Amino acid sequence: MVTITNGKPPVLVIVQLTGGNDFMNTLIPYTSGLYHDVRPVVGVSEDRVLPINDELAFHPCAAPLKEMFDDGDVAIIQGIGYENSNRSHFRAMDIMHTAEPNSIATEGWLAQALREIDPDTKNVLTGISFGRGLPRAMAAPGVSVTSVGDLDSYGLLTSVEIEEHRARELDIFKRMYTPAIGSGPVMSYLHQTGGDVMTGADLLKTVPANYRSTVEYADNPIAKSLRDVARVHTSGLGTRIFYTQHAGYDHHAIEVPNHERLLTELSGALRDFMADLREHDAAEEVMIYVFTEFGRRIADNGSGTDHGSGGGAFIVGERVVGGLYSDYPSLDPADWANGEDLAHTIDFRSIYATLLEQWMSVDSSEIVRGKYEQINPFAA
Amino acid sequence: MTTVAHPADTDIDLLGHLYRRAGFGATREQLESYAKLSYEDTVEALLNPDPKRDIQDDVLERYIHGEGPPIFVAGWLYRMINSEAQLQEKMTLFWHHVFATGLVKNEHVLAAKNQIKMFRRNGMGDMTTILNDLSRDPAMLFWLDNNENRNGEPNENYGRELLELFSLGVGNYSELDIKDASRAFTGWTFEQPPPLYPHGYYPAKFLFREDDHDNGEKTFLGVTGNLNGGDIIDIIVKSPASARFICRHLYNFFVADEPQVPSWNDVPPLDPEGIAMMEAKFIETGGDIRSVLRVMFNSDFFKAARYKKVKSPTEFIVGVLKMVGSQTEMAPGMTKYAGAIDVMGQKLLDPPTVEGWHTGGEWIDGGNLTERVNFAVDEIGEGLAPGIQALVQRIKDSESLGSAESLVNAVLTETGYVEVSDRTREALIDFANDAEGEDQTTRVIRMLRLAVATPEYQFA
Repeated sequence: MVTITNGKPPVLVIVQLTGGNDFMNTLIPYTSGLYHDVRPVVGVSEDRVLPINDELAFHPCAAPLKEMFDDGDVAIIQGIGYENSNRSHFRAMDIMHTAEPNSIATEGWLAQALREIDPDTKNVLTGISFGRGLPRAMAAPGVSVTSVGDLDSYGLLTSVEIEEHRARELDIFKRMYTPAIGSGPVMSYLHQTGGDVMTGADLLKTVPANYRSTVEYADNPIAKSLRDVARVHTSGLGTRIFYTQHAGYDHHAIEVPNHERLLTELSGALRDFMADLREHDAAEEVMIYVFTEFGRRIADNGSGTDHGSGGGAFIVGERVVGGLYSDYPSLDPADWANGEDLAHTIDFRSIYATLLEQWMSVDSSEIVRGKYEQINPFAA
Repeated sequence: MTTVAHPADTDIDLLGHLYRRAGFGATREQLESYAKLSYEDTVEALLNPDPKRDIQDDVLERYIHGEGPPIFVAGWLYRMINSEAQLQEKMTLFWHHVFATGLVKNEHVLAAKNQIKMFRRNGMGDMTTILNDLSRDPAMLFWLDNNENRNGEPNENYGRELLELFSLGVGNYSELDIKDASRAFTGWTFEQPPPLYPHGYYPAKFLFREDDHDNGEKTFLGVTGNLNGGDIIDIIVKSPASARFICRHLYNFFVADEPQVPSWNDVPPLDPEGIAMMEAKFIETGGDIRSVLRVMFNSDFFKAARYKKVKSPTEFIVGVLKMVGSQTEMAPGMTKYAGAIDVMGQKLLDPPTVEGWHTGGEWIDGGNLTERVNFAVDEIGEGLAPGIQALVQRIKDSESLGSAESLVNAVLTETGYVEVSDRTREALIDFANDAEGEDQTTRVIRMLRLAVATPEYQFA
């Protein structure tokens, strides 16, 4: 367990790369002849990459991430996955969200952690998800998570333009959703949910006006979401788990320009986010976990790459011990999964257990259903 | 007994209930015109739509065309909003819930479309045909790997789900039944269509490969012989377990929220007598869905079950759009509503699992409640849409503006929610009083916005 010197409770920020990030083109085995042979189209040439050692290099568009790595703020989890990696986006993401590869589970791993952290939902903002629709990772019965599409216009009845009208209508809404005895379990739950939304909105509406920063984020969805995280976190509303998503990583076709754009957006947003937190003296207590649902096929298909396995994840923060964790998946064809995919070298549940136990101080055994060997990425 | 010139209001409320369940809702004005028919005749008309009056695919596709899933969903929503065959569309959605097939795996939009068309075509037919067509449907065969179910190398995915999730339910078969049912479906596959790129979508066609079919002896639910897939289906439909399973599904979808499917082996139905009534008809008719629906909709338990179901996102959105009246013409703009359903937690053509969507209270969390309320309020907006203008006019014409109480009654009646809690009614009356000094049109529109934001509006 880590002791945070400023005494603030630890915060976890999730960045989900939706679609299956191409790990092999994020952390590139640039001196492997095989890499260049099987990826004639999407492969990045040796003279463009950003090496971190004699074998591995960051993609050139991930320069900000490379700088953070050089500063010791990035732990790279190489070869993350699980046995019989599923190639369906939906199912694979579901597995990541529920930490259950073998059967269909419904409770999200982070929602279960929230249940431990704030069992009586004393704060409806303990868990916040940015983006429309709640990811299953943050969903479980009895766990209230605030789902924010747009922080600047968050709340109910937002299309009502006349502010005086809206205020009066919200007042009526609040009355209609006040819990009433004897209204039945579903109606009670609905009342509770409506009330939580109102409470969350009242708290969050103060955020934009109170935030000042010299950091100028780029104009893209992940930068916007991480800026929203920074704005809420620096407001001190007590949020412990933030969820954000960066979509578009499903590169079956025309991978080169699209992946370049996404890596540029992602790594720039992470750098700006950390800078923003530092400016507010609010960085030490924050840990970021960047993950995706699977890696991609080793060989390209002439335009992009198909669904594969053996992906990569990143833990980013001031208190992380930067470096490489686990092993890069073997490039020897004899070791490949399904004869064509990178074989995983560490189970994703090891990382969940590590983050939950060592960073969040939450018992992980029920959430990941068992004991998984943890890594030690945090400075004591 | 004298004949009344127009049916009593209670009948119209009951018709409203029927149309929220057997269809996607109706305006008060529509209900008044439907009330020329008796309740039973209305049920009969819904059960037997005139195919000649149905919306034709070729006409629809002239206006809403393209190959992406949201475009197909848009066309489907158009049907839900505008089709006279409301129950036929509702049953199409019902079978999509039960036989939940994910486009995400096959990524073949045409196969998904054809499966939905199949549900529209035979969704109120007999269970034997429904299961036979399902077992020949390329989207389903691929979704559950039956194309890999081969003589000597059975793949049990389809066999298992056919029994567990599509017809019998856990506890009504053994692992050996799954093995032999799967063997009976060996060789049930499809002809591989030409690749999408650059050829575009070609339909996948069912193919029975005799040379890949296991002709050995099998035993299924106590029947032994060289059973083929069709024999398995005959045995399933004759089994009382399938009668119960399908009737519970229909009850959960049309009458009142039941516990979720995986618990059905342990948790008895909420209304055992109602289910028993439906089951008896299922068994008597050999699985005729139309007959079971007729019993259900005409039953007292159905009539009494008003506002007992949380609307699915699809029901919610289509209900709002029907009231607003903005989507009565075929137009490409419909695709945005496919995305709106998605963020409320129901991505049509991509159910979360083969088990389909969990229903009832599980539709609701803080995020999608916000989406629902904001969607409905936004669609009413400043009241410019034709349906809302008509509602406002009717409320003004009804001479109910005299008191806050009568105005609230009129607004709730027009939006279909005659039964609300005292708390909701009192809040709305206070609002109506406060807004008394306003221009009457604005006042009514603001009332309508609140009427769709009530907790009660989340229920059908």
